[in-house]
Amino acid sequence: MESDMEIFSEADASTQKLRMLQMGRPIDDREDKNGRRRTKDVEVYVPIVCGSIAFYLGKKATEYRTHKWTVYVRGATNEDLGVVIKRVIFHLHPSFKNPTRVVDSPPFALSECGWGEFKIDITVFLHTDVCEKKLELSHFLRLNPDNEYGPVPKSITIPVVTESYNEIVFPDPFESFLARVHNHPAVHISDLPHGFNLPLSGVAEIYHQMKNGDTKDHPLSQWFLKFSEAVELFKLTAARQKVQADIAKLERRLIIVDGQPEGESSSGYEY
Amino acid sequence: MGGTDAKDILGLPKTPLSLTQEKRPRPQKESHRKPDGISREVYALTGGVAPLMPSIDVTHLKRRPPPQEKVTWQWLAFTNSARKDDFQLYHWARVVNDVPPTGDYSFAKYNKSVDILKYTDDEYENLLTDPVWTKEETDQLFELCEKFDLRFVVIADRFPVSRTVEELKDRYYSVNRALLRARAQSPADVANHPLMKEPYDITRDRERKRALSMVLSQSRHQEKKDAEILAEAKRITEMRLAARRAEEPDVSANEKIGLDKADGAVPGRSVSPSSNSQLPATAVAPSTLTMADYASTLASLRMLHVYLRTYGLEQMVQAASSAVGLRTIKRVEQTLQDLGVNLKPKVPTKTVCDEHLELRKEILTLLNLQKQLQYKESEGSSHREGSYAAMPDTPKDRVFASDPFSFGAERPIKKEQKRKGPGRQADSPSPAHKRPRKMKASDL
Repeated sequence: MESDMEIFSEADASTQKLRMLQMGRPIDDREDKNGRRRTKDVEVYVPIVCGSIAFYLGKKATEYRTHKWTVYVRGATNEDLGVVIKRVIFHLHPSFKNPTRVVDSPPFALSECGWGEFKIDITVFLHTDVCEKKLELSHFLRLNPDNEYGPVPKSITIPVVTESYNEIVFPDPFESFLARVHNHPAVHISDLPHGFNLPLSGVAEIYHQMKNGDTKDHPLSQWFLKFSEAVELFKLTAARQKVQADIAKLERRLIIVDGQPEGESSSGYEY
Repeated sequence: MGGTDAKDILGLPKTPLSLTQEKRPRPQKESHRKPDGISREVYALTGGVAPLMPSIDVTHLKRRPPPQEKVTWQWLAFTNSARKDDFQLYHWARVVNDVPPTGDYSFAKYNKSVDILKYTDDEYENLLTDPVWTKEETDQLFELCEKFDLRFVVIADRFPVSRTVEELKDRYYSVNRALLRARAQSPADVANHPLMKEPYDITRDRERKRALSMVLSQSRHQEKKDAEILAEAKRITEMRLAARRAEEPDVSANEKIGLDKADGAVPGRSVSPSSNSQLPATAVAPSTLTMADYASTLASLRMLHVYLRTYGLEQMVQAASSAVGLRTIKRVEQTLQDLGVNLKPKVPTKTVCDEHLELRKEILTLLNLQKQLQYKESEGSSHREGSYAAMPDTPKDRVFASDPFSFGAERPIKKEQKRKGPGRQADSPSPAHKRPRKMKASDL
């Protein structure tokens, strides 16, 4: 497509590879208004973690500023999300001044001081070549370490960390987007069809010559939680096996009950 | 008297003579004339004392407006225009100022009858001859119609030659149409007559009656199957509409995916053996519906172009639960908890979400099978009447869940069947009160 060619005209090698891309891929005639093609059967997903870290200020606490907290959206393995996310808006409680906080560059984090716990609505805007829609998340800011087992003594050095894992899914990504990000560590691709030729990551570097936006060296990175699907997957597989076994048992019993003649009377009743 | 009252209020000691003094005023008060208009007891409720403030004069309450006219009731004779003779009967009549009531007997207007057209012989010769009907039969028909006010069922019964109701109607109406047309001054006059605008169609009438009797005689089994098929058809058309409404050109491809899945699922499942129990049909039907639901949910997710994995899972879970009742959903969640699985995965990766969804589907199948088994076993046990032996394989307390989805109209019958087995009654309390007990691993 002409428009795609223009964008990548700066790097000759990449135009060659783009042509390959277009030939190698089965033609999709569905294009959106800008003439961009979507790839079918390829799912791109970006694992993210949305969370908050709150420190109790101890002696330095005042009545209205008892905790210093940071709310953020980070890559699950601390990779740079700037490759897909353009901007994140954190909607704070109206009691804050300018409660709509916009963060335009990675790392997408916001720090504040306060005393109250509340739900923070987070709007994520993606780059225009990725998707024009916005995503809505929400995160409840926890300051209080008390848990279901009872009160916990407040500490200045150990923060209260709440994180939740999620994935941004692109069920049918634009070809240009796919080409741009397919080698980026923050982005995962599933169901890549056989023989799909993608250009090398030289293309990606044109976009991201800015500073590194990953959170690997973020000052708070020591508190980040690690999310592994292994435990949950294990439980799920075990549960499924058990349910399948139960189903098999019931099916056998049903066959038996069906086979039994009706009107089987017991000895007790005599006329 | 006011003095003692005041002293009472102030709490001052009364003089030793006060007792006798109090007794005398009381009977004096009561011998006052009680006012007219209200009964003595009611008056006593108010303290038996005349009101301190002027209030409504009680006699005002029951007054009626003074009658302007003199009204009496008299036993008078009357005539009825609906009668053909001059027979006079008597009844009470309200006479106002010595003037008896005028006007016809009030019930005469209800004596309606049908105007049957009468044809002359000439007219018959010219217009009304029919290969199947003789003149005598037609005359007889008309006579009976007049006599019985067009009650064709009665007429058919009385008709000397046996003819069906539809044939009689057909003959009568076609004769009338011919006559109307012939007698009309111009076609326009007659065009508005209902008989002209909507002529009697004998074949349609026969069809209608046949269809009606079929519907009425349908067994409940048939009814259920029809309802299911209709619901499924509705779902599929709705899905198609929803897909078509979306503006993206992706629609056509996704629609095909959705429909293929739905169609692929339907023929396979709908050939379920309709055996003596209708449960297999109802149990299988939800899975056909949910296949269409999944496909349409997937399509709508694709349409978004971007979504959060957790949102995607929610939508798919909703699609899975859309065909079942709230109680079943709760049971699924309870089962998940029993298995140690989070209701919402803590690490929702693609694999985890897929596994979670599959697990939910399998639990639904499991619950369905449990219900089927319960049903079959209770059906079997209702035949074993009067058995006092405990059923070896029947789990205790397996009372019927009156799940609205599966059992609809069957509920009343089931309860009676349950009660027939006294051996079970000892175990299970009345079905209406107990919630179903979840099947535990130890039961199997």
